[in-house]
Amino acid sequence: MQLETTGVSLTSVTLFAPMVGFFILLFLNKLSDERIKWGALITSLITLGFSILLLAQFKSDETGLQSEHIAEWIPTFGIYYHVGIDGISIWLVMLTTFIMPLSILISFNMIHERIRLYYLFMLLIEFAMLGVFVAQDMFLFYVFWELTLVPMYFLVGIWGGEERRYAAVKFFLYTMAGSILMLLAILWLGNEAGTFDVKVITEMVQSGALSFSTDTERLLFLGFFIAFAIKVPLWPLHSWLPDAHVQAPTAGSIILAGILLKLGTYGLIRFNLGFFPNASADFAPWIAALAVIGIIYGAWVAYAQTDVKKLVAYTSVSHLGFVVLGIFSLTSSGVQGAVLQMVNHGISTGGLFALVGILYDRRHTKAINAFGGIWKVMPLFSGIALVISLSSMGLPSLNGFVGEFTILLGSASSDVLSIWFTAVATLGVILAAVYTLFMFNKVFMGPLDKKENQELEDLTWSKNWTELGALVPLVIMIFVIGLYPSPFFELMDGSVGHLVNFVHTVAVAGK
Amino acid sequence: MEGFYSAVSLVVVVPLIGMLINLFFGKKLGEKGAGFIAVSASAFAFVVALILWATLVDQHYEPAIVNAPLIHSWISIPSAGIDIPWQFRVDTLSVTMMLVVTGVGTLIHIYATGYMHGDERFPRFFVYLNLFLVFMLILVTGNNLLVMFVGWEGVGLCSFLLIGFWFDKPGKHPTEGTVGWANSNAARKAFIVNRIGDFGLLMGIFLTFWTFGTLDYYKPHEVIHLEHDEAPPPVFAVEGAEGEHAGEEAAHVESGSEIHGIFTQAELWFEEGNHKVTFGSIDLDFDAVITLITLFFLLGATGKSAQIPLFVWLPDAMAGPTPVSALIHAATMVTAGIYMMVRSNSFFYNSDLTSFVVTIIGISTALAAGFMALGQWDIKKVLAYSTVSQLGFMVAAVGLGAYAAAMFHLVTHAFFKALLFLGSGSVIHAMEHGHHHAHEHGHDEHGDEHDEHAEHETHEEHETHTHHDDHEFDPQDMRNMGGLRHKMGLTYLTYLVGGLALAGIFPFAGFWSKDEIIADAFTVGFDEGELKGYLAIAVLLAAAAMTAFYTWRQICLVFFGKPRTAAAEHAPESSALMTTPLAILAIGTFLIGFIINAPKGFPLFGWLFGEHRFTLFLEESVIHAHAGSFNWFMAILATGIALAMIGIADSIYRKPMPIPMEKDPLETGQYQPLFALSNAKLYWDEAYFKYIVYPFQGAARFLANTIDWDFWHNFFHDRIIGQGFQGAADVISQPIDRQVVDKGFMSLATGVLAAGSRLRKTQTGYVRTYALSLMMGALLVIVIILLPTLRDLLGI
Repeated sequence: MQLETTGVSLTSVTLFAPMVGFFILLFLNKLSDERIKWGALITSLITLGFSILLLAQFKSDETGLQSEHIAEWIPTFGIYYHVGIDGISIWLVMLTTFIMPLSILISFNMIHERIRLYYLFMLLIEFAMLGVFVAQDMFLFYVFWELTLVPMYFLVGIWGGEERRYAAVKFFLYTMAGSILMLLAILWLGNEAGTFDVKVITEMVQSGALSFSTDTERLLFLGFFIAFAIKVPLWPLHSWLPDAHVQAPTAGSIILAGILLKLGTYGLIRFNLGFFPNASADFAPWIAALAVIGIIYGAWVAYAQTDVKKLVAYTSVSHLGFVVLGIFSLTSSGVQGAVLQMVNHGISTGGLFALVGILYDRRHTKAINAFGGIWKVMPLFSGIALVISLSSMGLPSLNGFVGEFTILLGSASSDVLSIWFTAVATLGVILAAVYTLFMFNKVFMGPLDKKENQELEDLTWSKNWTELGALVPLVIMIFVIGLYPSPFFELMDGSVGHLVNFVHTVAVAGK
Repeated sequence: MEGFYSAVSLVVVVPLIGMLINLFFGKKLGEKGAGFIAVSASAFAFVVALILWATLVDQHYEPAIVNAPLIHSWISIPSAGIDIPWQFRVDTLSVTMMLVVTGVGTLIHIYATGYMHGDERFPRFFVYLNLFLVFMLILVTGNNLLVMFVGWEGVGLCSFLLIGFWFDKPGKHPTEGTVGWANSNAARKAFIVNRIGDFGLLMGIFLTFWTFGTLDYYKPHEVIHLEHDEAPPPVFAVEGAEGEHAGEEAAHVESGSEIHGIFTQAELWFEEGNHKVTFGSIDLDFDAVITLITLFFLLGATGKSAQIPLFVWLPDAMAGPTPVSALIHAATMVTAGIYMMVRSNSFFYNSDLTSFVVTIIGISTALAAGFMALGQWDIKKVLAYSTVSQLGFMVAAVGLGAYAAAMFHLVTHAFFKALLFLGSGSVIHAMEHGHHHAHEHGHDEHGDEHDEHAEHETHEEHETHTHHDDHEFDPQDMRNMGGLRHKMGLTYLTYLVGGLALAGIFPFAGFWSKDEIIADAFTVGFDEGELKGYLAIAVLLAAAAMTAFYTWRQICLVFFGKPRTAAAEHAPESSALMTTPLAILAIGTFLIGFIINAPKGFPLFGWLFGEHRFTLFLEESVIHAHAGSFNWFMAILATGIALAMIGIADSIYRKPMPIPMEKDPLETGQYQPLFALSNAKLYWDEAYFKYIVYPFQGAARFLANTIDWDFWHNFFHDRIIGQGFQGAADVISQPIDRQVVDKGFMSLATGVLAAGSRLRKTQTGYVRTYALSLMMGALLVIVIILLPTLRDLLGI
């Protein structure tokens, strides 16, 4: 199928902005370390700037793609370079461009080896992740999807902790295994539809021009689903996550938890819901069951951890369970809550990893037992940690609550899920308090009885401005989203409403 | 004057500003400045609450709904029909709560400037205190359940922060004695136990939304007309046609202006009868749904208002500074559950099952906590269990449908319990000073029996300045007190007023409100013949008897007799900053009962101050509030019992106690087992630890270590899958290994990998595997893309 090509759009500009910086850093090989750092930071800030422009010109009353750019790529196979954003991907683009400068900033004083290579990978991964969120061609999507693996593999493998090699390889292979299934599904679907274009296929599916037999639809659904579920990670496919999270350098963990995991949940919405409404409705209770188990399991397991970073890692299993539950509630409020919760999780868990990284940088340990009472010596740090922890455990008036609440409201009113899913998932709210407060209590409260902790340095603008610089924007966003999330919903309401309507008319109402 | 309604935003915003100023500039402002800011913010909020009250009176109690400034909508999702605004409601119920919170709150703020004097985190304390006001006021002014929930969890957060305010100081653990983590753990326990309740509230909110399609209490267009006669069903005149909703399904109610607030809609549906709510594939009776919702709400209330089974956090919460105990854990926050149930009286009133359960929870808590208060040594623990018990009275009143009585008791209790807590704080403060005094001056003139003990203590304290042990002096232990009547006259007098009010002695505040609850129980029991009424009378009278007993025991042990330690001997009266609020609260405690709500049929007072004025005021917003008439029989009976118990307690505890005092007089005789049971708090905490906490932790460890790590991570993934994959890859890749992979792809890969040399050496095997996978993938691509062409070629 032929697509009409268009001119360059702002989406493309945003997407390629990190690559400009990438090539500058790549070819100017005499730069000082300082310049490299600043170069990377400025590049990511410029990217953020472009994405803000993208946001500013976004029309909330349109449900389809905006700011599209279509160009020929591999015409023989009908593969195009096609990018664009809608109400769902715009927020994930924003999340990426928002988290990346902070990750780069916090690396300033934490990464001392192979600095150029490190920041090259940082810019590369930003490019790859943005690509996943804006790609509107399945093949392009797949290329970006695989491309995210490479920099992350090296970020973990080179700058990671003690077991970095093992963790990097496991991360790589685990996600690869899923990707191959997705590749098969993409090829199959492309063959059936005669095009790889996401927009065209979505329209064909919605208009009925493309339909599958039940078995075909289910197989295709699973092909995509398994790849995404590993990435999310949906219980019980989470085994790679504690290794990768714990071994990754601080910024790596922030990116991994903050953005990379959302590749999976984004894919679930874009492909599984968008292409396979019947299979989505059929599988919804099963997937939601895994999600709910993950919510409880992740929280419970997190509570028993003795390593702060591992604890935070497991909370992702729990939090992402909420996101998947929201998506497969197949309701507008569930899916919108899920999208917002992806952003929220990026902010709060990213923040938690930043906090852990800062502590590790000072104390060179992540054992919960090694701390206690550090509120006394690090009041500012602890105050910020309190806000981020509360955001993560879903305190109303902070961001996490808004997402969780809308997800649960969605799942409670879902036609495909019984009320029990919501009831059990809501129990996760209790468990979130259990593990979050356990961590906060053991690290920040109690007596300051260990010598090494008594000399810990608090955050200051004069000495460690990069740390504060990375944390303060997170805290601000925690309050903004918590108190006034309406604009976020407003922008995605059209796109999500359209998608959910379609799924409903095809699958749910038909039963 | 209706323009003044919009001032309600200020009630929230002003303490918020105070909090922000102290958060950012508290250190620079110093004690005086920070204290001034905090107190002014609270006082200003009180003035605003008074203005709102005056406005209400002026506007004939017409309620108003006010949008928050700057941000109107909070969670708004048009395609899902969700619209939850930041909206405040001014009506007689919310104004009552505002007046209590800011009025008592301001006095406690003032007191705290004296009590916290010299604390190194003085400004931070007031940040939390003002933040608490912000959330508490959001809780009581919100016009929908979710805004209330913001306040609800927010006050829980403040409670957590304030209980753990002295997080590094050792405190008393419920089962393990004095340990360094006790305060932090108490804070955590409070938050977690409250979250269990919040789970219930959240579920209730979900069901409510599903049933009504909104969470707003009332919509702006609704006007409620009420008749003040006794007990007729409320008559509603609501804009818009009433019959319209007959066949409509709740989940699909549409269009903003047509929709009713949840309480109005509930009344309409109850009136209409036989309404069904569709939950997915099942139809439920509206009555059943409301019962479910209210039971979930009740779970929320048992958390916040410390009822069985979730009351266990409140006694531990006494680890916080005493002004906190007074403000949060006695006067205001813990009454949020009662407020919430009274606010939802349209739901609770109409569910008989829930009302019965509420009554049972309330009366059993009142009794159990009253019993636990009998055998405590810690001056604040007695008050803590007393608070739990009194909250039980209020909850029971809600269950009995006596919403006005519940609120009345809430108001009077706020006064006298705040007074008692602040009084106990004054005592503790004095004991600490006395202890320091005795410590500094070494031996004092009282060289009798207790000298050795006291010296031992001071010595220990000196030696182990940071290391605390069992011999550490406890300024809160009543055994160390005695005779303080002569040392701190004003504290004693005010404490006496508070104690008599708590015991329910005429004419102090507690008499009026407690008797109104018991009188209502009488009506429900004997007039309406309901089981819960009979039960409530019997149990509440017993609880009231215990109240009088433990109150008088405490007053005897603290204030009467002779000083039993050097600390008590040297205890000074507290500063005017602390005693002035005590005096004001004492006057309030004396007057407030009969001034605001003298019962019908009571001689003189009713004529002087007007009958049931508070109840009539409340009726303007609490639809099912009603005023009962004064029940002479119950009043005399209850007062008689209280006086008798005071007499008994007096005969036991007024006697001179041995020095040093170690045992209660009841601990030696035949009541020893009972006393021990009370002292051990019925082993409630132990049971929770044994049957819930430890199993939960054990399961967590098992899940994390054995299931997730050893089995799933190490065995299944790394052994079975990991090694299996590697083995297979090795076998398959053997033939093409050297030719293709090593020379072609690997040279590229190693080029990039030159960066991490160690990485390369050990991991080439994996990279090779990946290269292979990629190649196989590419092969597949080609095959599948060419498949149609191949088909054509081969003619299949």
